[in-house]
Amino acid sequence: MILLRRYAVVLVGAVAVVLLQVVLSAWGATYYMTQITMSAYYSLVVIGLCLLMGYAGQVSLGHAGFFAIGGYTSAVLTTFNLIAFRGVPWVDGCRSLGLLVARQDLYGANLLTVSPLLAFLAAILLTSLLAFLIGLPILRLKGHYLAMATLGFGLIVYRLALGTAVLGQADGISNVPPLRIFEGLEVTGRQPFRVQNYYIAWAAVMAAMILGINLVHSRAGRALRSIHQNEEAAHSLGVNTYRYKLSTFVLSAAFAAVGGALLTHYNGSIGPSEITVMKSVRYLAICAVGGMANLGGALLMGILLNFLSLRGVFGTYDDAVFGGILIAVMLLSPQGLLRMPDWREARSFLCRRSHG
Amino acid sequence: MHYAQIVQYSLSGITVGSIYAIVAIGFNIIYNTTGIINFAQGGFVVFGAMTAISLSRFVPLPVAIVLAVLLTTCLGGLVELVFIRRCRDASILRLIVITIGVSILLQEAMLHIWDEKVRSLAYFTGTAISTVTILGAHFSPQVLWVLGVSAVVVAALAVFFRFTLTGRAMRACADDRMAARLCGVSDRRMVTFSFMLSAGIGALAGCVISPVTQTQYDMGPPLAIKGFTVAVLGGLGNSTAAVVAGLLLGLLEAFTVSQFQVAYKEVVSILVLLLVLVFRPNGLFGGREIGALRAS
Amino acid sequence: MTTRLTMVIGTVLLCFALVLTGCKKQSPQPTPVTKEPIKIGAIFAVTGPASFLGAPEMKTAEMLVQKINKDGGVVGRPLLLIVKDSGAKPENAISFARQLMDEDKVLAIIGPSTSGETMAIKNLCQEGKTILMSCAAAEDIVNPVASYVFKTPQKDSDAARRIFEVLKAKGLLKVGVIVSNAGFGMAGKAQLEKIAPEYGVTIAISEAYDKQATDLTDVLTKLKGKDVQAVINWSIVPAQGLVAKNLKQIRLDVPLFQSHGFGNIKYVQAAGEAANGTIFPCGRLLVADVLPADHPQKAVLTSYKSEYESLYQEDVSTFGGHAYDAILLLAEAIRAAGSADTDKVRDALEGLQGVVGTAGVFNLSPTDHNGLTMEAFEMLTVKDGKFAVYKD
Repeated sequence: MILLRRYAVVLVGAVAVVLLQVVLSAWGATYYMTQITMSAYYSLVVIGLCLLMGYAGQVSLGHAGFFAIGGYTSAVLTTFNLIAFRGVPWVDGCRSLGLLVARQDLYGANLLTVSPLLAFLAAILLTSLLAFLIGLPILRLKGHYLAMATLGFGLIVYRLALGTAVLGQADGISNVPPLRIFEGLEVTGRQPFRVQNYYIAWAAVMAAMILGINLVHSRAGRALRSIHQNEEAAHSLGVNTYRYKLSTFVLSAAFAAVGGALLTHYNGSIGPSEITVMKSVRYLAICAVGGMANLGGALLMGILLNFLSLRGVFGTYDDAVFGGILIAVMLLSPQGLLRMPDWREARSFLCRRSHG
Repeated sequence: MHYAQIVQYSLSGITVGSIYAIVAIGFNIIYNTTGIINFAQGGFVVFGAMTAISLSRFVPLPVAIVLAVLLTTCLGGLVELVFIRRCRDASILRLIVITIGVSILLQEAMLHIWDEKVRSLAYFTGTAISTVTILGAHFSPQVLWVLGVSAVVVAALAVFFRFTLTGRAMRACADDRMAARLCGVSDRRMVTFSFMLSAGIGALAGCVISPVTQTQYDMGPPLAIKGFTVAVLGGLGNSTAAVVAGLLLGLLEAFTVSQFQVAYKEVVSILVLLLVLVFRPNGLFGGREIGALRAS
Repeated sequence: MTTRLTMVIGTVLLCFALVLTGCKKQSPQPTPVTKEPIKIGAIFAVTGPASFLGAPEMKTAEMLVQKINKDGGVVGRPLLLIVKDSGAKPENAISFARQLMDEDKVLAIIGPSTSGETMAIKNLCQEGKTILMSCAAAEDIVNPVASYVFKTPQKDSDAARRIFEVLKAKGLLKVGVIVSNAGFGMAGKAQLEKIAPEYGVTIAISEAYDKQATDLTDVLTKLKGKDVQAVINWSIVPAQGLVAKNLKQIRLDVPLFQSHGFGNIKYVQAAGEAANGTIFPCGRLLVADVLPADHPQKAVLTSYKSEYESLYQEDVSTFGGHAYDAILLLAEAIRAAGSADTDKVRDALEGLQGVVGTAGVFNLSPTDHNGLTMEAFEMLTVKDGKFAVYKD
């Protein structure tokens, strides 16, 4: 069936995820799930970037900026203490509506902050809005001018995070509370919730994949591919290229924001090190090696490379590995390593062998 | 602000602007011949300085600088031969991404060859505390060296491109590669040559700014970004404009500091880059052809 | 379609196999000893923007652990040090902290090198009941006190106080403060601004510059415009050298005070003649040779300096000393507790008194998880390109 074939990656992935969890739990090695969970959140960014670069054909060298906007918004709203305003009518009103929550931090101080769920929604909305506003002017640029503009965007977000007191400046924001979806299910790095969070992360990733696959196979997806092939031709055929580019840009930014916000709650903190140019280049390298237009490949490489990096397998050569991968892919196979090979050709080759 | 302060800020702006300008000159050479924006240019600058610093322990300073420039020139050629030449029909974007990868590898290599410590080349004239006084304000004589070397390089390049055969061949490649090939110009050799020239100028820039900025293995990317900003501001491909743009940006930054919090100085220069890209991508002094790259 | 599906499944399984081998690769080889080693984790920023902290810290830690093991270990057991390079990235620190706690089940974690990373894992270690001996300077690390979290560098506030003492004595009451926008600089700025009124010093202007700045003449021009009588710079390399040079180059002829981040002779060399006359508070490691023979720290400092410099062929820096002190305190606590039980060691740590380290003499308590006072600092200056004790 067409449907099965289309979602093959998601189904296989889901089975593999469950299998992995069962195996790890049986071995008593559930601690690997921590890094897999973190990698899953980073992969959300890569999936979004894959849609933007592989299908819409627009390069972004500043996607870490969107990840950070999502993460920082969540962090600021859930740690900014409004307790001084207690007694002000609309503050109490918000509190009774559940928009603000009161809690105690680890050291017993009383806090009144925005509810994490609301902050999460705000993070996604704000990032999407900013992506829209930024995309309006810069998506009119082409080729390397667009790349430079996105680089500039990432740099501005970095500078703002580094220079603003509310955003924690160089040390970032820590003590971010868990994100409670409902009683008993929350996004947090604490040990008892580890398996739960593993599944939450993967659920988010699978949802993103399904969204992505739907987009690719829809009319919008075909329009995007035509834009990637030849923008002028698509434009002349009546495809509203600018609108499609902008929507994909905003969508990919939203994916990045979700990843950023969830990871911030999982880690309990976020800092300017998530917004560096090196991080954006990493996402680019992973997307490239996974296959520019291959969602499954991007996901796989995202998990694999981030996992190895977080475990310190690359040692002091961490950045060099990603730089090297980027060069290797660009030199040797710019369509990515995991591009689905032509099966008919492979099968006929094998058949020929057996006959000869 | 009284007069002496204004002059002092201006000198400060010129100091930092001259650094940007001399880095930007290297960008334009490669851009002119190939259309690539070479992100590894910052890496060449730092490599040149590091090499000169290491060599200056064994040979006199001028010799060390000459050797460093030669070594970096070879490095530039090597980079082109290994990475760029393979991709004959690649899109410009792909090549730019490759240069990003090269800049990362270069940085890691420098970290492992030298280490993370900060170094600097000896001052060309005077010491760390010498000053020159103009109109009541003071600055280091090394700044005059930076400005002087920039001016000489720009002039030399102008002469080179206009009056020498190789220079004209490179300009021919930039204008129309196919036509140049038809005239017998080896465009592949010109591309290699442009990388070598850019790297050599980058190394010279690195040596002359090292006493002012100090040198550390990870200074490449920030320098490259500033250099690129200035090159775009002046108009990609125009070296004289790059120098003027560099000085303008430096002055803008210095006077921003005088009025606002220092913390936002960097934001100003990035904003300038974005505004230029969006509203006037052909730069302040650039021609019309580059504008054609912008979608309507 | 089935062949494609098979290939996809195959690739996925292959990748997971690779992932699992990646997991296995990290478990350290246990040393073949008779007694089971005590596992101690370390997270240092060996590469990256804080490598001037992490590299000497790692080298010092390895050197000291080797020395301890050669002398028979602690309570008869050798120490096993597992070092991770975080590159000064908090997310890496978090990942390694979890790895060290859950997989390697370490007794304690030494480091991280920077305040940002420490704050990111402070709650983690507290909830995970693992001792954290941080080598980072922020006051927030031990204030509010978390029972499992300690730090070994001296307090920023003490450094600020020593500087203001000298300023007051010299009658320089109008100063300009410039700091780098890294965590260390911003923390210093906060302390300086808070403590200045106590000594009658006015801060005429207080600015943060970019840590990667290539030229600081504009910031210093701004200070010149405010007619300050002294400049306090709170940063680390490379800005320290830049400030010293630029100050002289624009002829802002006022005394320069640096922070305790100036702790290596290489920074003096980088600034050349401009470094002469700088005044700064520091641990006594840099002037160990000229300390009087009966000074309580003399033995520890001179032996650390000579061992480090002969083993690694590079100048010693005060930052490496923070790792030295961390391991020293931990070893002392294990000896005092008589075992490597986490809670017993933690209790013993809080009771340590009079332990002589490189940064000073430590006196810990349940409310003071740092143990150093203003006495840990010595005011130093630079004379003819060498460190010397500052005398009025």
